[in-house]
Amino acid sequence: MSDPMAEIRASFFIECEELLEALQDGLQALSDGATDSETVNIVFRAVHSIKGGAGAFGLDDLVAFAHRFETALDEVRSGNLQTDASVLKLFFQCADMLTDLVHSSRDGSEHDKTREAPILADLEKLVGAEDEQEDVADFQPMALSLDLPPDQNTFSIVFEPDAELFASGNEPLFIFRALQDIGTLEVTCTHPDLPDLDALIADQCKLIWHLTLTTTEPESTVREAFDFVEDLCKLTISQDAVSDTGALPDLPAAPPAPVASIPSPAPSSEPEPCPEPAPAPGPVAAEAAKPENAPTAKPATTATTPVGARATVRVDLERVDRLINLVGEIVINQAMLTQSVEEAGLPPNSSVRTGLEEFLQLTRDIQESVMMIRAQPVKSLFQRMARIVREASADIGKEVHLQTDGENTEVDKTVIERLADPLTHMIRNAVDHGLENTDERVAAGKPAEGVVSLTAMHRSGRVVIEVADDGGGIDRKKVHQIAVEKGLVPADLPLSDGEIDNLLFLPGFSTAREISNLSGRGVGMDVVRSAILALGGRISITSERAKGTTFSISLPLTLAVLDGMVVSVANETLVVPLNSILETLALTEEDIRGFGPSSHVVNIRDTFVPLLDLGAELGYRRPLETYVGSVVLLVSQEDGSRAAVVVDAIEDQRQVVIKGLQDSYGRVPGIAAATILGDGQIALILDPVDLITQSNGHTRAAPSPAFQTG
Amino acid sequence: MTEMPKQFDKQQDGAEIELLSFLVGEQDYSVDIMSVREIRGGATATSLPHSPQYICGVINLRGTVLPIMDLAKRLGMAADTEEDRNVIIVVAVGDRTVGLLVDAVSDILAIPEEDIQPPPEIRADGEQSFISSLTIVDGRMIRILDLKAVLPPPGEESS
Amino acid sequence: MSLRVLAVDDSRTMRDMLRLALIDAGMETHLAEDGVHGLEVLDGLDRPDAIITDINMPRMDGFGFINAVRAREEHRATPILVLTTESAAEMKARARQAGATGWIVKPFDPLKLVKALRMVAG
Repeated sequence: MSDPMAEIRASFFIECEELLEALQDGLQALSDGATDSETVNIVFRAVHSIKGGAGAFGLDDLVAFAHRFETALDEVRSGNLQTDASVLKLFFQCADMLTDLVHSSRDGSEHDKTREAPILADLEKLVGAEDEQEDVADFQPMALSLDLPPDQNTFSIVFEPDAELFASGNEPLFIFRALQDIGTLEVTCTHPDLPDLDALIADQCKLIWHLTLTTTEPESTVREAFDFVEDLCKLTISQDAVSDTGALPDLPAAPPAPVASIPSPAPSSEPEPCPEPAPAPGPVAAEAAKPENAPTAKPATTATTPVGARATVRVDLERVDRLINLVGEIVINQAMLTQSVEEAGLPPNSSVRTGLEEFLQLTRDIQESVMMIRAQPVKSLFQRMARIVREASADIGKEVHLQTDGENTEVDKTVIERLADPLTHMIRNAVDHGLENTDERVAAGKPAEGVVSLTAMHRSGRVVIEVADDGGGIDRKKVHQIAVEKGLVPADLPLSDGEIDNLLFLPGFSTAREISNLSGRGVGMDVVRSAILALGGRISITSERAKGTTFSISLPLTLAVLDGMVVSVANETLVVPLNSILETLALTEEDIRGFGPSSHVVNIRDTFVPLLDLGAELGYRRPLETYVGSVVLLVSQEDGSRAAVVVDAIEDQRQVVIKGLQDSYGRVPGIAAATILGDGQIALILDPVDLITQSNGHTRAAPSPAFQTG
Repeated sequence: MTEMPKQFDKQQDGAEIELLSFLVGEQDYSVDIMSVREIRGGATATSLPHSPQYICGVINLRGTVLPIMDLAKRLGMAADTEEDRNVIIVVAVGDRTVGLLVDAVSDILAIPEEDIQPPPEIRADGEQSFISSLTIVDGRMIRILDLKAVLPPPGEESS
Repeated sequence: MSLRVLAVDDSRTMRDMLRLALIDAGMETHLAEDGVHGLEVLDGLDRPDAIITDINMPRMDGFGFINAVRAREEHRATPILVLTTESAAEMKARARQAGATGWIVKPFDPLKLVKALRMVAG
């Protein structure tokens, strides 16, 4: 049985993410020069709402900080504080701090209050010292009668409502009922001033009620019942020493003595019943009583923020995944049906065949739509990167500006999550290594502020994300030298510019002589590249000396399908991911050279590439006698070097639905996953990187251990 | 005082376990019926590289990938001609589903809890660990499999 | 006695909590996410017994909403409670000026919320 409060709490943190995003957007807009009140309001409301919800769940640290932030924003809202660059910078820091607080509240992790101190100090300079946090408890008059023993007390209450009481929607009857709930009540009504019928004004109340309440509750509780109306009536409450039911107290002109000190029920300050809001400072209450958006006091247009413009539905991710799975199975099923129909020998233009083709098209469409359910804009990712840039730039003392484009480009949710770390590394590298020092930049005639740009776009069925800097470009001499020093490449091997650039992706490569505390210990581009490859993507570098460097990442739109090449090996059918295949080759005698006692290499345009016999590697059969005439796939490895993988034949190239093996079986070396082909048979999907890492390279007759029969 | 009939005792007790019994290498085995998802005829399995001998491979079960285990091999019996094995019992253990390749399915038995005995003392071969208990029906000893032990441990399977 | 209540707040979390508290008390709950939406929902309701509204909302804030509600003849005296995070006197005065019947301080205690509603709506 789920706890509704726990659900609401979880939902609150999701709402916080939305609010934090709106906050970032708003601050960004202000930073870009927006001056309209609605933007300011959006920023204010975001913090205000977070504070409100946090209060409900007792997240005190969060409430406290949000309150300070909100106070400063309120000053902006009321026109007392201008948002110049330094103020905005502080606000961005506050937003980052708020984000951290939300997350640590959500995860229950430790929050480092010392980091708050400098920010709070800056806020204080802006808006002045904060008074003691207001008592957020219900407003209650001083409860003088706390010590009263729980005896019966008798209170005499005289209650004369003003006309405004009714206009405000209050109803004496309900108040009396509330009193009845706490004791025994007797009510009498007098009307000494009641005019004649024709002089009667309908909404003027000329009734005076006398109530006698016997209760164990203290006087404060009795007063509570009149909380909403105490300034809209004449009220006296006195406690009788003796229960005195008969006598009516005098109608007081002035409040009688033994009453606790409450603001005296003098006639209200506004004698007119109709509440017209006094024009208040700031944009909030400056509307006349019209439901439309009236022009506000500030001379600006209200930005149209589409509140609920896009109707959305919140769905459990599990349901979405289940749907995607089912659709995947429809596609498989359909492929099988198509195959059966073909085998049944129906003519190509028969209605069954054409019907099936239309069906196939429909299914493809459904599949695409369903996959896109999981798609989200990269905006949240880009906002995170903006923060990384701010922090990196502050840490390292360089002026950096992040430029983004295509933040609404949509990508699978998992891809976004798994891109966060690689992108963070790349952005930090760009700031740390890519961009020159401010002095160097100025000396080179560049603007002092460096630019890191982050763009996303859809291109030919894939998502392309680029991280670029306008820094000094790759120092190829230095890179080559270091690679040689570290033994990563032979000294005398000539490398093209592109090949040198790719050396950056080698494990253990780092050009920083002292490792700056920013980029960490050897967290290099190899880690980034692995992460991208694991997503089924590719990454490449282009760089121009003195101009800058660009990393280009290409990712599949969804994770559940794969473009693959269907091959057969030793009577088994396998699928090789297309993005790992560089080319296919047919080997001639001269191409193949022996290498050591049990391996071969292949000569490809004067470089030598190891030969892997897929059938042998997977333990299906012994290495072949000869590889002349074999079909070979040239496959690329993590570090850019290659392997030639021998298969028996290439069957087909197609898009397959990925079926995991992990859950049903576990890990299989060299195998990434499985798929179901049109004939209903399962085909394993190769993991080329894993295959190569685990390979024994045996392509000669010596039997490999995997093949000991037993 | 009449002697209480045995059935009456059992009825009072009430607790029964339903077992699906089957033949593996001419011996009787069984599993708790609650773990059985379905029974189907054999199909050609796609072999998994570097998998243990007792894993035949994987088959397509209505669009999901189902690993198939040769139960005879798993239990350490002498390998018989595989052609005879044509029945797959699909069982679920926790969140994993596996197909057990057996010779034939025998029956569904309802066994009172008190007729379930612990297995006899440890024997030389490791087969012991796969059996959780036994029962006797019509003079035949039915071994009840401990599916958790039978299923391959999750993770790398490289032999 | 089941009250029919309209609650207006731009925070989804707040709406969820209001709904929870009101439904637990056996009240019929209708929700809206800002003043404009609130008016739309209100016009579709048959004799609501009470309205609860937040102040800070997009499109039309609480004050604007209360004004608009009071401008409708049939809702001249419909009880309206405002949700406020402060209990300062100015806030209460403003709420009163706008035509509110009473107020509830956020974070609210569900019991107090129900009590306040009963006090103004019966």
